[in-house]
Amino acid sequence: MAIKKRGTKRVKRGFASMVKHGVIMDVVNAEQAKIAEKAGAVAVMALEKVPADIRAEGGVARMADPKKIKEILKVTTIPVMAKCRIGHLAEAQILEVLGVDMIDESEVLTPADEKDHINKTNYHTPFVCGARSLGEALRRISEGAAMIRTKGEPGTGDVSEAVKHMKLINKELAALPRMSEDELEEKANTNRVPLELLLETRKKGRLPVVNFAAGGIATPADASMMMQLGADGIFVGSCIFKSDNPLKRAKAIVEATNHYTDAKLLARVSSGLGDTMKGIQNSSLTKEQQMQKRGD
Amino acid sequence: MQIGVLAVQGAIEEHVDTLSHILNKNQIMRVKTLHHLKQVNALIIPGGESTAISRLIQKNQLYQPLKKTQMPIMGTCAGTILLAKKGGKQIKQTKQKLLGHMDIQVERNAFGRQKESFETTLNIPILGKQPFPGIFIRAPAITQILSRKVRILAEHQGLPIAVQQGNKLALSFHPELSDDTRFHEYFLNTMTKEF
Repeated sequence: MAIKKRGTKRVKRGFASMVKHGVIMDVVNAEQAKIAEKAGAVAVMALEKVPADIRAEGGVARMADPKKIKEILKVTTIPVMAKCRIGHLAEAQILEVLGVDMIDESEVLTPADEKDHINKTNYHTPFVCGARSLGEALRRISEGAAMIRTKGEPGTGDVSEAVKHMKLINKELAALPRMSEDELEEKANTNRVPLELLLETRKKGRLPVVNFAAGGIATPADASMMMQLGADGIFVGSCIFKSDNPLKRAKAIVEATNHYTDAKLLARVSSGLGDTMKGIQNSSLTKEQQMQKRGD
Repeated sequence: MQIGVLAVQGAIEEHVDTLSHILNKNQIMRVKTLHHLKQVNALIIPGGESTAISRLIQKNQLYQPLKKTQMPIMGTCAGTILLAKKGGKQIKQTKQKLLGHMDIQVERNAFGRQKESFETTLNIPILGKQPFPGIFIRAPAITQILSRKVRILAEHQGLPIAVQQGNKLALSFHPELSDDTRFHEYFLNTMTKEF
């Protein structure tokens, strides 16, 4: 009888491969989850409040109520992801027991550990983590993350930080082939990542795991731009259910992600979506208000 | 000979990579539109979220052409769901439109949620004695064989996980996530006769 192995690197990273070219949508209840599924989302992200509300209300943001997560798990057939606080291994254990398909160790919530992230190899459930640079992405991967997303600046509706993070990662990836052995060793040291992982990344010419764009994506055009910058797919947060017509906007972002190079289609699906979330300009945020600075 | 990979959502590059070990790069095509579909001689429908893929092929005006086509098709995971004639409870719940090429009934996520996803080794007689890596991710099960035209190529724990009907091939697992190219070779060599 063949041995059955769960939670292997291939099984975890493989899960992330299955959501590629798709859109993952933030939802706060079962009703929103059903709308997301109907719109063609590849997964939903269950959380207590969307980032824009977390930002507005302040205070400590934590993992969602398990009761709510269970309700969402019950109504959807697509994968359900949920967020835990950075470093909060017990929240992650709870999410695993609840049966979520992926855990987002997220800077959107208030970090529980200022120093360390969760050792993600201890779980059968795969993790996704945010990153602003190649070093940060590889640190998370070496801790066991099966998927990376840009941090961007969540809850703002301003895509500029996501653009910045994606471009920086691309630039660092492009520089790897030209680097000497000494330079690579130095980069691995200064970025606190295993040299082996850096070499694997250089050989592949891309991150060794799936890399989505997240943080501030609000329109079909934003989704298209991030896909053109090389994202494997899109996370959308506050923009869907903070807009006039969530189903229509959700469908439009799904189509834009699929046909990101087709400007005619983008023009059509962007038409008449109603008001886009008002948002906050990134440059107006103070350091303390920036969620992306949480966890490194 | 042009081989297409349906490129609307899911593990598209993984199949392209596997094919690139067997074919020249210019023989592999990503199929997103009807225009692309007309240029290929055989098609792979990759894994992904079958609800999303099913919606996008309708949006992209590919549903009818894919339903009518006679070309060889290999489906992995979500692709298997789309090839089936009948769907179970989850498929009815989401009102997914299936292509109906194979006389099988399938159920989504039949092996459980992601934490139950697993890898194992499979015994697949048509590929020879060496075991094949079986990577199952929120995998669908083929719960019923609806006609004698369907040939079971492999089973796992008593359930069929690889089946063939004429020039259609359906797998519950993901050969494209392993380094083993034998299933892709089987599809190309045996099922696409002109190859």
